[in-house]
Parts: sequence; structure tokens; C-alpha cells
Amino acid sequence: MEGGGSYESGDLDNLKATELRLGLPGTDEPEKLPSMLPRSSKRAILEANESQSKRNPSEIKSLEEDQKPAAKAQIVGWPPIRSYRKNSYQAMKMEAETTGMYVKVSMDGAPYLRKIDLKVYEGYKELREALEDMFKCFSLGEISRMDESNVHEYAITYEDKDGDWMLVGDVPWEMFLSSCKRMRIMKGSEAKGLGSIP
Amino acid sequence: MSEDEEDERGGGEGKRWSPDLIGGREGGSGGADPPPLSDQVLENVLENVLQFLDSRRDRNAASLVCRSWCRAEAQTRRDLFIGNCYAVSPARAVERFRRVRALVLKGKPRFADFSLVPPRWGAGFYPWLAALVPAYPWLERLCLKRMFVSDDDLSLLAKSFPSFRDLTLICCEGFGTAGLAAIAEHCRHLRVLDLIENDVEEEMVDWVSRFSTTSLESLVFDCVGCAVNLDALEALVARSPSLRRLRVNQHISVGHLRRLMARAPQLTHLGTGSFGDGGGGGGEVEVADLRAAFAASMSLECLSGFRDLASEYLPAIYPVCANLTSLNLSFADITAEQLRPVIIRCHNLQTFWVLDTVGDEGLLAVAATCKDLRELRVFPLDASEDSEGSVSDVGLVAISQGCRNLRSILYFCQRMTNAAVATMSENCQELFVFRLCIMGRHRPDHLTREPMDEGFGAIVMNCKKLTRLAVSGLLTDKAFGYIGKYGKLLRTLSVAFAGNSDLALRYVLEGCPKLQKLEIRDSPFGDAGLLSGIHHYYNMRFLWMNSCKLSIRGCKEVARRLPHLVVEVIRDKLEEDDVEAVEKLYMYRSLAGRRDDAPPFVEIL
Repeated sequence: MEGGGSYESGDLDNLKATELRLGLPGTDEPEKLPSMLPRSSKRAILEANESQSKRNPSEIKSLEEDQKPAAKAQIVGWPPIRSYRKNSYQAMKMEAETTGMYVKVSMDGAPYLRKIDLKVYEGYKELREALEDMFKCFSLGEISRMDESNVHEYAITYEDKDGDWMLVGDVPWEMFLSSCKRMRIMKGSEAKGLGSIP
Repeated sequence: MSEDEEDERGGGEGKRWSPDLIGGREGGSGGADPPPLSDQVLENVLENVLQFLDSRRDRNAASLVCRSWCRAEAQTRRDLFIGNCYAVSPARAVERFRRVRALVLKGKPRFADFSLVPPRWGAGFYPWLAALVPAYPWLERLCLKRMFVSDDDLSLLAKSFPSFRDLTLICCEGFGTAGLAAIAEHCRHLRVLDLIENDVEEEMVDWVSRFSTTSLESLVFDCVGCAVNLDALEALVARSPSLRRLRVNQHISVGHLRRLMARAPQLTHLGTGSFGDGGGGGGEVEVADLRAAFAASMSLECLSGFRDLASEYLPAIYPVCANLTSLNLSFADITAEQLRPVIIRCHNLQTFWVLDTVGDEGLLAVAATCKDLRELRVFPLDASEDSEGSVSDVGLVAISQGCRNLRSILYFCQRMTNAAVATMSENCQELFVFRLCIMGRHRPDHLTREPMDEGFGAIVMNCKKLTRLAVSGLLTDKAFGYIGKYGKLLRTLSVAFAGNSDLALRYVLEGCPKLQKLEIRDSPFGDAGLLSGIHHYYNMRFLWMNSCKLSIRGCKEVARRLPHLVVEVIRDKLEEDDVEAVEKLYMYRSLAGRRDDAPPFVEIL
């Protein structure tokens, strides 16, 4: 069992900063797999494990590899939180992850905004198609057309955590999910300054 | 609930240990010849006086005066407290105390809460129940903590005591809704059914419909995981005019809550179920309607629950905030902004439990308003060593500056400084309980990079009333030197991942005369340290050590020198690579000798 050995105090902080992960930057740290809890509330743990398996398998793999070094392994009963409370918190965090991620979408020229749940889309393609569907009564052209030779009629942009307006599609989907606060479909002429259009 | 609160009112050990007691008073009053008539008269007079004595400590002291006083005290003790169910045999307890009406019984060591004690270790309630049934037909109240209680036990309990009134189960396991149904049905005078953080089997029995009592005062069942019959619950609440405390589980939506509150406007303690608009039926509820329900419940002093919180519902509690003395938001994931409008209204708050998601900023708001705060607990939503951590030394200092009356604090954080802890020790002179958990193991002061020795040293030095201490962070033997030197009133000490050598353990065992409960994990203490406490172990309730540097030899030596100490070596796996090393040690004084229900993985030396 670990714990008896001492190691440099600064290591833990430095370890995280220099840690190499196979997951993409900006991905949320997946739930640490619960350590062996012999008689804890079975239901919560079962649910936790089931939700785990639904996640992207490559994420789980990268997490498991990260956990192999002793410093990162789970210590039984530490920090000292009673299983009842720990399970409730785990359920709360899962809840937060599974409840929708609603963002407002505005479109230039449209009289009202829409709200969409980003979590239901698997990637940019579905997102574009959904937006086109939603705003088709307003648009004069296609939003999702992926023709590089033409300038798009419209550009989908989003506001990120820092307050900057970015073009949708540049960053990996997961990173987009964690940084997008709201979206705006702007006319192609205005979007020119935002960089290359995928 | 915990003894630290009791201690403030002068509680203490139920069976005061003294080796002399064994020789002189074997078998209690039943063993000796009947006293002469004059003594008997004196005893009767004494009984009339002693019956007014409430404090456990006072009673224990009185019982040591002489045999006559011991007998008289035993006859008048109504409330029996057994801090360790294995410290005395049930037979002996009921033999000495013949007229008990209320019993508190504690089982497993506290570290069992953190999965450090393997399942089936012990602390079964049945042996005690079997002794209680014939001995105390007039038993009224029972409180069990960390015991194994089966449905059959609850059923037998319910049918055996016609005057039974109060049942409190804390951190117990082994029972389910079938047992609860038996209690509900057969305890016709039930006033209190408090189920606190138990592991309840979900047997899908409709226990709420079975209540036969009309004098219900308190019903706490937030730890029961399965849904309850809502109509039955509402009917129960409606026919219970004495109901003052109601804490429901997550399956009760705000819609249902509103209906329940309408039936019981006289409630003083309310634990909500889910406080959001997710599922649960019961209809959607407007915040305004919910607010009206609270406005009609102006007796409320204590609020808890707030599961699945939708923050827009929080303003519903504004009408009662000014009256609140206790608020538990420790299951609500809220930010400082969401907390602020609530907390600024709670100027009478004495107890506050919260999640660290409110951050230092949230704690600042608490400190600014809650001038009479006595107890604060800050729990971490993400209980792992390398989580972000939103509260720190800043929050601690703020609390110490605003809440000078603080008696008890439990604080989980990732970053702390000696200066902050020292500041708290200077500002909060009323502290009885100081539990700081820096979640990263061996983590030093994050500004100076020094060990946390000085901070904890300041706590024991300045907080003269301190009885309970939990330490964490990077600590050397020096910290324990301080504890031994200044912790003269310390009764409970929890140590994890701390110290350099056996010296640390020696400092504590030699320096703290009042030490009762010592629990240590993952610290480099070995046999020498263990043996340095030989002079003191009979005065303690227990010592727990896991993942330290103990060996079988050292433990056997202790067992040899202290025959009335039960020394349990607990193994996680039966096949051991290193037979010499002791992974888990649990030792406690006992009049009952080695227990006969020890499982195979427990070796009693």
C-alpha cells in the first residue's frame, strides 16, 4: 500500500504541469475510476461504472495509462470523505456532465434567437446540418456547404471562454464543447477576418 | 451526533476505566451480599439524589466513591452510553445497570467510513439486542452508530419494547426497508426515526404506509435510496401534529415538498429532497409558490437537502433565512454568486455546511454576515488529490476574521499556509474541533514551501479548549512535539501521511493525558512508538493504525503487557507475503476479553 514513502513536496504540482497525455488538450478530465469500496452504496457505484463505459474508449485508455505511475494512483479512503457523500458527489458530477449544454444561437437578420444543446451532436457536421435546418427559413443560402472554392454565404462563429469570436470548426470538437459559450451565424462578408474556412 | 458536541455539555466515557474496578466490583451489584439495612437506607437516599445527575462524567465519578455509591448510581442511570460495543459484554452491562431507558451503542472504528475496515468485521447488533430484550422491557430510546443491524433485528426490536420511542441509526448497514416497515408498524408510540447516512438495502417495501404512531416528532430518511409512497407520507405528516423534523430523500420533488410543507407549517427542521425541476412528477412548481410555502413555515430553524439543485429555486428560502440557525448546502453545487444572496440574509446562522464550489469568495460572504457561526464544514466536490481546489488559506483567514465564535471547523482544501492556520488560532479562541484536510498528501505551505508544523503548533498552543484535532499536509515530528506539549485537553487525534519517526507518536502518547481516540494512517511509526504508549492505553477508547511500520512482534508485546487490551490485527488478504508486518491494527480496552465473533481475517493477539 502506498503512502508510507515520502517524496518531494513540489513533485505533485510539477507532475501535473509536465504530464503527457494521450487525450486532447481541452478535454475534460474523465472521472477517476472509483477505488475498491467494499460495502459502499452499491447502486451509485454501479451507475458510475456504467456511465464510465459509455465514454469514448480512447479516453478511458489514456486515463488508465496515466494512472499507472504510483503517484497518480487512487489511495483507499483518501481524502477522508464518507462513501455516502462521495457517491452523492460522483452522481452530481455525472449529472452535470450529462445534462444538456445549451447555448444561444443568433443569426444575423433573424428576428429571434434559438437555443441548442451541443451535447446531442457528435461533431461539426451534425451541428452545421442542425443549424441549417433550424434557420432555413431565414437563410438565403446554405450554411453547411463545404465547397472550398466558394465563399460561404454565412459563417458560423462562436464566442469562447475568453470572450473572443472564433470560427467554428478550427479546434477539435471536444475542445469546442468546453469553450463555446454562444454562437452567431454571421454573413460571409463579415466573416472574412476570421481565418480560413474549413 | 458526535461526541465533540456532547463534550461541550460535559459528557464523557460511559464506563470509566480503572483496573481496580475489575477486582473489587466483579459482577456489579449482583455479585455481592446484600448490604446491611442502614446502608440500604443510605443507598435509597442517595438514589433520590443521584437520579438528577445527567452528566455521564459526573455519574462515572460518583460510581467510583465506594460500592454503595456504585450500586446507587447503577440503579439510577437511565441513559447508558457504550462507546465501543466490544469494551464490555452485553450481559455485564445489563447486570450492572438495571433500569436503563436509553442506550447509545457504537461499533466500528471511524476509519471504517473510509473503507479501511473490511466488510463483515463485526459490530453486530444482535448480541446486544438479545441481552436488552429480557433486561430492559421499558426501553425507550436507542442510538446505534456504525453497527451491523439486520431487518430481523429491527423487527425484534419493534416487537419487544412496548414503550419504544426513539430510534436513531447513524452510519449503520445490514437493514433495509423491510426492517423500517417493522419499526413503523409495531412501534405505536414512535416519536423519532432518524436514519443518518446509513447504507440501506433497497427492498422496495412500502414502509411509510405502515406507520401506526400518532406522536411522530422527527422523521429523517434522506439516506434511504428508494422512492417512498408519497400519499402515505403526506397522510403521515398530516396526522402528526407533533412533527418538528422532517428530512426527505431525493425522490421527493419540490412539488411534493410543497404539499408536505403545507401539512406541517410547524416544522423546525426541514430537509428537502430534490430542489430542482428535474423529474419526480408532482407537477412543476413556480418559484413564487415554493416561496410562499416557506413564508408559511416561519418556525424553520434548520434547512438541509437541496439535492439536484436548480439555482433559480434558491430564492424560495429567503423568507426563513433570518431565522435559520443551521443550513446545510453541502449537496448543492453552487458558486459564490449564487450563495451570496442567500447567505447575506442568514445573520443568525450557527451551523453551515457547504461545498467548496463557492470558493474563497463565497466564504468571504459567509464571514461578512454570519457573526455567530459556531460550526463550519467545507466539503470538496472533487475529492481527489490533484483537483483544482477552490478554497484555500484565503477563505480560512476570512472565516477566522468574521466568525470569532467558531467552535468547530472541518475544512477540505488543496492549498494552505501556516500563517492562515496561525491566524485562525489567534482569532478563534473558542475552537473545540479543528479538522483541516489538505487533500494533497505531504503538501507543504504553498507560499513558503515549509512543513505545516508551525500552523498546527499555533492551533494547539492558542486554542486552549481544543479537544479534537485532525492534521494534514507535510508534517515533521516537530508538529507532534507541539501537540504533545500543548494539547492537554485533546481527546481525539486523526493523523494521516505525517511525521518522520517514532518520536512523533511518542510525543503524543506521552504528552496528551486526555487522549481517548487516536487514529493514524500511512505514517512512519513503528513498534517503538507503539510501545511508548503502554502507560496510557487503558485510558483510551481505542487506537487505530494502518499502513504504518508496525510488526507482529511489537503488537504481541503490547498484548502481553496489557492483558485487558484487545489487540486486533486485521488483514485484507488472508495469504500474506510478509507475515511480520502489520497492515492494520485496532486495539481497545475491554472487560469482555477477546470477542468470539471475529472473522478469519482478524487475528486477536
